[in-house]
Amino acid sequence: MTFDLFVFIGLALIGILAAIGLLTSRSAIYAALFLILNFSTVAVLYLMLNAPFLAVIQVSVYAGAIMVLFLFVIMLLGAERLAGPEAKTGLLWQRPLAVGLGALLLLQAGYVLITRFGQTAVSTTVVKSGPLDIGLMLFGPYLLPFEVTSVLLLVAIVGAVVLTRNK
Amino acid sequence: MNTVSPFVLLSALLFTLGVIGVLTRRNAILIFMSIELMLNSANLAFVAFAHQWGQLDGQMFVFFVMAVAAAEVAVGLALIVTIFRSKKSTNVDDLSQLKG
Repeated sequence: MTFDLFVFIGLALIGILAAIGLLTSRSAIYAALFLILNFSTVAVLYLMLNAPFLAVIQVSVYAGAIMVLFLFVIMLLGAERLAGPEAKTGLLWQRPLAVGLGALLLLQAGYVLITRFGQTAVSTTVVKSGPLDIGLMLFGPYLLPFEVTSVLLLVAIVGAVVLTRNK
Repeated sequence: MNTVSPFVLLSALLFTLGVIGVLTRRNAILIFMSIELMLNSANLAFVAFAHQWGQLDGQMFVFFVMAVAAAEVAVGLALIVTIFRSKKSTNVDDLSQLKG
């Protein structure tokens, strides 16, 4: 029982509880805040996994920019109050079925992951993953995907503007 | 910890919670948030395996997944806003015009 394990268990509990809060919350604002909490715990897990730059990106891009966009749209639409999940839905069997299928998916994913990958020990070579090393990878072997990503973001910007334009 | 399996198991658990969220919630914005949760858990698995193999390629993929997620959120929220303007609702059950 190392210190790392205690930190991991605490973070995992916070992350799972935040995800469950996202699923059960009656208010869209609270759901977004739960999701931000989940993203922050995952950022700390990135730190434990020797990915400090990704942890910072996770907080600034995911928990920052993307969730601000979510909160902005929630408040713009005035959709903070959610109707109860049972409200006028004709599919009463849907929720238990979804939970059951989700549990099945979890069992299968856990079984495959543990039996196929669980035994491999962590590589002993400590790879440097600071901003310099990330940048060398990004502008070296991954230059083409990087440039394609810029086109993707441009298309997304144009698409969002065209979709929301008031005629 | 000398294996990354706890991280990968946590990733599977978060992914499952995201799937259950997509299946059970009826608000389009919450469905989107659940999709973000799933993308995030996949990122966690990427970083865990990158750590396991001692290579940076997994972390590179997380970058591209984040870029795709940002683009997806921009377009998806624009769609939700447009639908809200015409239907005055973000409930996906209200979007059933195509039902025969």
